[in-house]
Amino acid sequence: MSTPTLIPTVELHDDFRARAHKALADTQLRNNFRSAMDSLMTKRATSFSDAHEREHLRALGNAVRARALSKLPDLLEQLETNLTRNGVTVHWAETVDEANGIVLSIIRAHEARQVIKGKSMVSEEMEMNHFLEARDIECLESDMGEYIVQLDHEKPSHIIMPAIHKNAGQVASLFHDKLGVEYTKDVDQLIQIGRKVLRQKFFEADIGVSGVNFAVAETGTLLLVENEGNGRMSTTVPPVHIAVTGIEKVVENLRDVVPLLSLLTRSALGQPITTYVNMISGPRKADELDGPQEVHLVLLDNGRSQAFADSELRQTLNCIRCGACMNHCPVYTRIGGHAYGEVYPGPIGKIITPHMVGLAKVPDHPSASSLCGACGEVCPVKIPIPALLRRLREENVKAPDSPHPVMRGQGSKYSPRERFIWNAWARLNSSPRLYRLFGFIATRLRALTPRNLGPWTQNHSAPKPAARSLHDLAREHLKVKGDRR
Amino acid sequence: MSAKDNILAKLRTSLTGTTPVADNFDVDLVTQTYRYSPKERIPQLRKLMEAVHTEIHLTSGEGWPALLAQLLRDRQLPSLLIAPTTPHGKKITQFWANNPDLPTLKAYDRPVEEWKAELFNDTPASLTGTLGAIAATGSLILWPTREEPRLMSLVPPVHFALLKASEIRDNFYEVQQEFEWAQGMPTNALLVSGPSKTADIEQVLAYGAHGPKDLVVLIQEDQ
Repeated sequence: MSTPTLIPTVELHDDFRARAHKALADTQLRNNFRSAMDSLMTKRATSFSDAHEREHLRALGNAVRARALSKLPDLLEQLETNLTRNGVTVHWAETVDEANGIVLSIIRAHEARQVIKGKSMVSEEMEMNHFLEARDIECLESDMGEYIVQLDHEKPSHIIMPAIHKNAGQVASLFHDKLGVEYTKDVDQLIQIGRKVLRQKFFEADIGVSGVNFAVAETGTLLLVENEGNGRMSTTVPPVHIAVTGIEKVVENLRDVVPLLSLLTRSALGQPITTYVNMISGPRKADELDGPQEVHLVLLDNGRSQAFADSELRQTLNCIRCGACMNHCPVYTRIGGHAYGEVYPGPIGKIITPHMVGLAKVPDHPSASSLCGACGEVCPVKIPIPALLRRLREENVKAPDSPHPVMRGQGSKYSPRERFIWNAWARLNSSPRLYRLFGFIATRLRALTPRNLGPWTQNHSAPKPAARSLHDLAREHLKVKGDRR
Repeated sequence: MSAKDNILAKLRTSLTGTTPVADNFDVDLVTQTYRYSPKERIPQLRKLMEAVHTEIHLTSGEGWPALLAQLLRDRQLPSLLIAPTTPHGKKITQFWANNPDLPTLKAYDRPVEEWKAELFNDTPASLTGTLGAIAATGSLILWPTREEPRLMSLVPPVHFALLKASEIRDNFYEVQQEFEWAQGMPTNALLVSGPSKTADIEQVLAYGAHGPKDLVVLIQEDQ
């Protein structure tokens, strides 16, 4: 077989800064993201036309998530009890390796060779495709976007729209090269090509894997939303269904999903609801004619309990994975999802990834933000993303020996020199005598201010102290006023 | 210690000394803006479902089999998958018996394993009932059963769904309450709000991704 031609994409080496520079220079990529994000923002705004309703619903969404997290261990146990009663097998995994091991053991127990996957970001965390392929098990994505990305040996660049970095022409070349079909840029035809290939795969698959949008503790129900039907296919056609999800996805009551569902689909796509809302509460019953014979749920921690341990960082786990924060992020829109180099890009990625891979692996994540606040403003469950980014910036520069470590990899940007300068600066500003002396010297020696101040002067003009300090001027002003009286 | 014990222990330690957040679920927020008069319900459902390419026909409790036969002929569909033991399955079987030369009726009356290839490759259309619909979001409520299995509304490219006008509810919350879903869910419950679709390529909307390409709803106005 000849080596297929790959469509050039941003490659995932170098560090974040280098990748970002490369992405910024890619006009096609920037155009693809700009137009997609503009359209997604407009759709969201249209679907939340009543600001009053939107804000109340966001407050309710936040309260539902906060309540679920405030009793998370109890709800997880309740979920397990109810799912088990319904016939679903529940597994727990602290790490992605454990989760992959569980999935593999289920697959091996059935001597399965073919796995079809509905969309699941947790399976991306696990790099499940790669893990299974290395063990000679086919693991195929069935969400159209995910399928396109997998076909090109890439990773998703957006959590809802995995192939948003590609345009129709790029998908056309990919299908032509990889599937041997005639080149067409017609989106309807491209989708029909994907449908045909994947229908056969649904038909053949031994195992179906999916994610979970909400796990309802009260009823033991796994709720999945989607537009394509691949989620229903993956969870209904193969004889075994394995759902993988993070431990934070649980909600207390069935009614809790009503506001969350509305917030999710409107924030993500501007739709009042997705085409399918699939509520799974168990495997096929003895007298039923279809549905999987076995249903498994894998609950994955992978750093979530670390975020949970700190009451401020815990809010990260409110996330319902709508992607609105990335759609509205000026940084994400310009550099795209791949530049982040991790599973979750954009603002939510910047606050969740450090818990999964350690802050030291992604030291630039918290500072890759202008702190414009758009992400926090649109978040349907009101995660204070900018505040959490500032918090992670603090954790990034904490001294290695500071007591009560909060997270893995904290303090990787700690610099004794920088710390000394900031301490000196703090001292200067909190001692009136020192401050006066500093003001006196700075104003008198202003001609000596350096023109080059490192990164600052790359984009700004160098600061120059005024000839007289504000204190000075104020004192004089008050004196003149006093004389007039 | 198992993974479960470790995870739960960590979570519990983190919550030490805290009290759970009170449940102040404000029902008005998910119902008040989503209430409709009986007259408004069909137009509201229709507006939303047609916006996502659902075909809607108004018919009656007596008239729907003839309408369905006509729609099948118009689309030149050679066969229709039905759930023979449901009331609508019986009704259509009877209508077909009285009217020769209609497309073949196929019954979903055996486990999928016994006829999976035929279901996937040679079943162009299906007819299912619904448990009702939700006006607020333009959704059909499907609660597959032994008689009317899950794949009927998923695999055939054209899905005909029967809906009684009196069973259109206002919003999802009301549906959960009325059917007491919290007390017991079926193995699979679904909200279906149109034919299968995707916008994964350049945000261009395309219908018929993996599920039915066409969703045709027959609303029985007098039922």
